[in-house]
Order: sequence, then C-alpha cells, then structure tokens
Amino acid sequence: MNIHEYQAKELFDRFQVPSPKGKVASTPAEAEAAAREFAGSSLVIKAQVHAGGRGKGTFKNGFKGGVHLIESPEQAAEFAAKMLNETLVTVQTGEAGRLVRKVMIAEAVDITHEYYLAILMDRSTCRPVIVASTEGGMNIEDVAHNTPEKIVRQFIHPILGLQAYEVRKITASLGLTGDFAKQFAKLLANLYRLFLECDCSMLEINPLVTTPDGRVLALDAKFGFDDNALYRHPDIVAMRDKEEEDPREVAASEYDLNYIGLDGNIACLVNGAGLAMATMDIIQHYGGEPANFLDVGGGASKEQVSAAFKIILGDPNVKGIMINIFGGIMDCNVIAEGVVAAAKETGLPIPLVVRLEGNNVDAGKATLAASGINITAASTMADAAQKIVALVN
Amino acid sequence: MSILINENTKVLIQGITGSFGARHASLSLAYGTKVVAGVTPGKGGQFFENTVPIFNGVAEAVRETGATASAIFVPPPFAADAILEAADAGVELIVCITEGIPVMDMMRVKEALKGLPVRLVGPNCPGIVTPGYGEKSHGGCRIGIAPGYIHKRGNVGVVSRSGTLTYEAVFQLTQLGYGQSTCVGIGGDPINGTNHQEVLEMFNNDPETEAIIMIGEIGGNAEVEAARWAKEHCKKPIAGFIAGATAPPGRRMGHAGAIVGGEDDTAEAKKRILAECGIAVAETPSDMATTLLARWGK
Repeated sequence: MNIHEYQAKELFDRFQVPSPKGKVASTPAEAEAAAREFAGSSLVIKAQVHAGGRGKGTFKNGFKGGVHLIESPEQAAEFAAKMLNETLVTVQTGEAGRLVRKVMIAEAVDITHEYYLAILMDRSTCRPVIVASTEGGMNIEDVAHNTPEKIVRQFIHPILGLQAYEVRKITASLGLTGDFAKQFAKLLANLYRLFLECDCSMLEINPLVTTPDGRVLALDAKFGFDDNALYRHPDIVAMRDKEEEDPREVAASEYDLNYIGLDGNIACLVNGAGLAMATMDIIQHYGGEPANFLDVGGGASKEQVSAAFKIILGDPNVKGIMINIFGGIMDCNVIAEGVVAAAKETGLPIPLVVRLEGNNVDAGKATLAASGINITAASTMADAAQKIVALVN
Repeated sequence: MSILINENTKVLIQGITGSFGARHASLSLAYGTKVVAGVTPGKGGQFFENTVPIFNGVAEAVRETGATASAIFVPPPFAADAILEAADAGVELIVCITEGIPVMDMMRVKEALKGLPVRLVGPNCPGIVTPGYGEKSHGGCRIGIAPGYIHKRGNVGVVSRSGTLTYEAVFQLTQLGYGQSTCVGIGGDPINGTNHQEVLEMFNNDPETEAIIMIGEIGGNAEVEAARWAKEHCKKPIAGFIAGATAPPGRRMGHAGAIVGGEDDTAEAKKRILAECGIAVAETPSDMATTLLARWGK
C-alpha cells in the first residue's frame, strides 16, 4: 500500500525525523489557517494524490499545476478552492485523473545540498541495508549506473541493529561535519527505528537536504510496507486510501483475492501465485495480452470464484477469459460450480476457455458440460492459451 | 535414496488442531506418512484422529516419539515462535507452510538459526514430498500441502518457489512415465530458510536423482546464483522455468517475494542467465517435463 505525503510527514514527526513544517487541509479555510500558522516562512500548497508529476499536472477545471508557491494566507485559500474536490491529471494518473480531497500547506525550503538516503530489506543477505549518496535529487539508478563509487551501502545486523560506528561511517562518507553531522546521525538512528518498528520494506528519502539556516531535513519520502506485517499496525492500515487504488483491486481484496489489473484483453483466473504468473506468460507467448493477474488461492470457495468472475467481467477491455486450475487438493467441482453460478448471473457475453486438472476433475467437467453454458474445454495450459487467443482474435 | 526425507521419516505437526493443519495431517496419514505427533499448546494429552498423540510443546513431542521433522501450520503471528521452538527442541528439518509471516520476523529467525544443526524449508511453501512405491505413490513421506497422488517414485528431483507450478511439473512428469526422487517447495517469500542452490547441491549428491527441474520466478537473485553454481558443479541435466515474464515492475505478484525490481531483475534476464549456465529453459510452463526429457536424452 502507498501513503500520502502528509501521512509520511506524520510518521516522520512521530519518530522525530526532521522534515519541513507542514499541515494538511481539507477546506480552503483550513488551508488559510495553516498558512497563517506558518507566517514568516515561504510556503507551498501541494495537492495530495498518490501519483507523481503533480507540479506539471493540470486540473480538469483548467487550473494549472498541483504544486504552487503561495504568498499569503488568502492566496492559500484561493488556490485550495481551485484544487480541492477537483480532478488532477498528471503523467502518472492517466486521462481519468485523481480527485484531490486534501492539500498540504508546507514550508518551501532553501537548499544547500541534496543527498540520497534509503533503508531497504536486502533479500540476498537477509538483512537491512542503508544506501546513501551525495548525489541526491536525481534518479538513484542512474547514479548507480554512471557513478557507482558515489553510492555507499551499509548492511545492518538483523538482531544487533544499527551501531554508532556504522552511523559515523555513513556520515563521513557523505562529507557531513560539525552540527550537520550531529543532526544527520540522530536523523538516521530515528529513521532506522521507524523502518523496524513500522515493518517497512523500503524507506527512501530523495532528497535529504541541508539548508542555509543550518538544518538537515527529509524533503521527499517514499514508503513501502510489508503487507504481511500490517496486522500489527492498525495505525498504518488506517492510512490506506482506497480512493487512490484501482477499484477492481479494492473489490478483489474484499474477497481475499489476489488481483492486479493490467492493460490486455484476455482475463485469467488461476489458483496459486506462480501458476497465475505462468498463465499470464503463456497467454502472451501465444500472441495474446493478459488483462490481469488473479490468484484465487488454494482453498477458494464458490463465492470467491463467483466474485472473481464478476470482477473480471467488470473490466470493459476484457474480450475473453481463460480459467486455469490445477486442483491438487482443491476440489475442481467447487471451481466449476462457482463459474457456472457466475456465468448464469452475468450471461457470459464473451468466450471462456477452461482448463481443469486435479482433484475431482471429472465431476468438475461434468458440472461445466451439464450447465448449458458455452465453454471451450482445454486439456493443457498450452492448449487453453492457444484456444483463448484464437477466440479473441 | 532421496533428499531430506524418506518413507521412514517421523514427522510431527505444529498446529495439528487448526483446520488447515488437521486437514493436511489427515491427508499425510492417508498417504502413508509416519505422522507420529502433533503439537498444540494447551491440548496435550489428546489424540488426533484417535491415533496421533498431541503434546503441549515440541521438546516433549520429540522426546516421546523420536520425531526428526516438523511441519508448521500455525498462523502467521505465531509462526516465528513455532520455528524457534522446533529448533530448540532439536528437530533436524523444519518445514514451515504458513503464509504471511512478516519479513522482519523471518529476518530474525534466519539469523537465530545460524550455526544450529537444523534446516528450515519455507515459509510460505507447499512442503516436501518423497513419493512412495505404492499405487499413486502411496507410502511416501508427504510434509505439507502437496497432492500426494500426482507423484510417482523415480529419478527426477524438483525444486520450486511455487506450489501449483510444482504440481504442474510433477503431473507432467508422472503422465509421461517419469517419477520423482523428492520434490521440494522452498516458498515464495523474500527471506526463506533453504534456497534453490542448496537443494541443487543435495540433488547433485543424491545417487537416486538423475535429472532436475528447477522452477523460479521474478524477484531476487536466488535462481541466478543456483544456475552459476550448477554450471561449475552439477553434472546432472537440469531444466528450468521462470514465471513472471509479463509481470509489471514494482507490483507484488501474489508471493511476497515476486516483485520485479531493477532492469536486471526480470524473467527474461533470469532465463538468459540460466541458459548461459547450461540449463534447458522451458519456453512455456506446459513444456517443463518435455524440455527436461529432451535435455536428459530420453
């Protein structure tokens, strides 16, 4: 899950990671009050959506830019009125854009130098790694490619945690001295604590800046959370903004289905994550374009299968469906009954190819055959993929 | 021979009274596996299906029954503790089926197990099967959730991160008349106990295993490291498959570990390196067994 910029600021505040002053607002009056509170600083107003490219975006009401410098509290209210409850279109949102329901009033910071700082879970060493660079504010993959010597990595012991000498090493590698070094050391220790205590998978600050007035601040941050650990972080779950997510994915998550929408026109319904990925691959191998990843899991119920079917059919791009089930333990007849129920309810306007294999497969095939629904049976994955591609084209 | 487990392995099941654990304990018993004990704190003294004694702790279960392997079916918040308890009790092989364990928990567990005489397989894995010689491979050792009946005893080793893709490969082999020595599901999480390379090493040393299927997916570097090791050390024919060629970058594809990271971390890049290391790469998941047989000269 992703979080908003103002929510990232909330987490930074809680863990005492310094960032520019800022406040979130849902109405023009709140925006004006926030701007008044920070009087004396130069300020910006920022539309709160998950998509990037906000500054260069355009609102559907014609107002240009999702990020603006503001010169007075009155102007904060004026700009907020043009942004709030309006739809912002950026390079990342697609034509539909995103409805802006909150804005952030934040301090515009003067910058002396930009750095890069991140903490991630490294899978090959099974421990967290801190990545830092003097080359902040740009794409870190470009830095890694062009000037790899300008990136330092420090692996952290999984149980002992971050040590003082490790902080000193990173601080020195960034060339920070004096009070900047002290501030940075404290920031890094707090950031590591945030990473551990919030079960982050990734925490990236780009840029981290020093300012002419002597501060070290986290200017822009990206958070990744471990989905498996969300059960112990109700406060982070509460930050989830379903309005920012693909509605098909939100619907799927309500039925405990693993669904990811893609751009193709052949939908698939599969049990098991690996088999679901492989099914997408084989559709493409035979010249089709997969419309989604969908794993109904190892113990799917008739209701889940039925819900999955409706989510697939709700995608207007979908021109055909391939069902691929290897029911090792799972009862193939349960899948068949779910498919029949959903197909009868929706009328099944498009071709459907089914490959069933495994436990109770004969009963499953009989259920499909007796249903009177127009289903193309397939014997193997390859057979199924070739058939659905031919039917759709 | 086989690797990790055989028909005489004594298995205990942690979480045997939960619905998931109970269902698969029953299936393993029906397959002929020697399930000798169950563990559920607070339910010691009871019996599972009137035959398998249940203990409050793993240490007691090991002492009373001589179990050497454990299958873990406990829910995610308690799984790390269950693994550490099994290791502390001297269990040699821990197979953790549980899906959804926080990565930070596994990071600490992995570190804590270092240096101990224990092997962890999983978590978030289908488990291990060494097929038996009976009808539909009855009489084998089944630890976990794989369907036993699709197997056949034979000479192909299978290692995979994905459950259903393993079943697909096993089913293809069995239908073509080729059995398996052992099938190992190592799990789809970013931090797991045993990796592809370690399983390849065991297959390489196992006289019964003559050929190997290795199934991987996007995310991480484990398949590539295994392939590089195999190029230098493995004398047995290997077929490989990598799932996720069509996965969009940055999205978790069901498995917590299945995420395309940077440019080098794609299915295409992995397939290319596997092929460079002498592994026969299956074009599609339907061809895993036939690709192996072609390489094996069958």
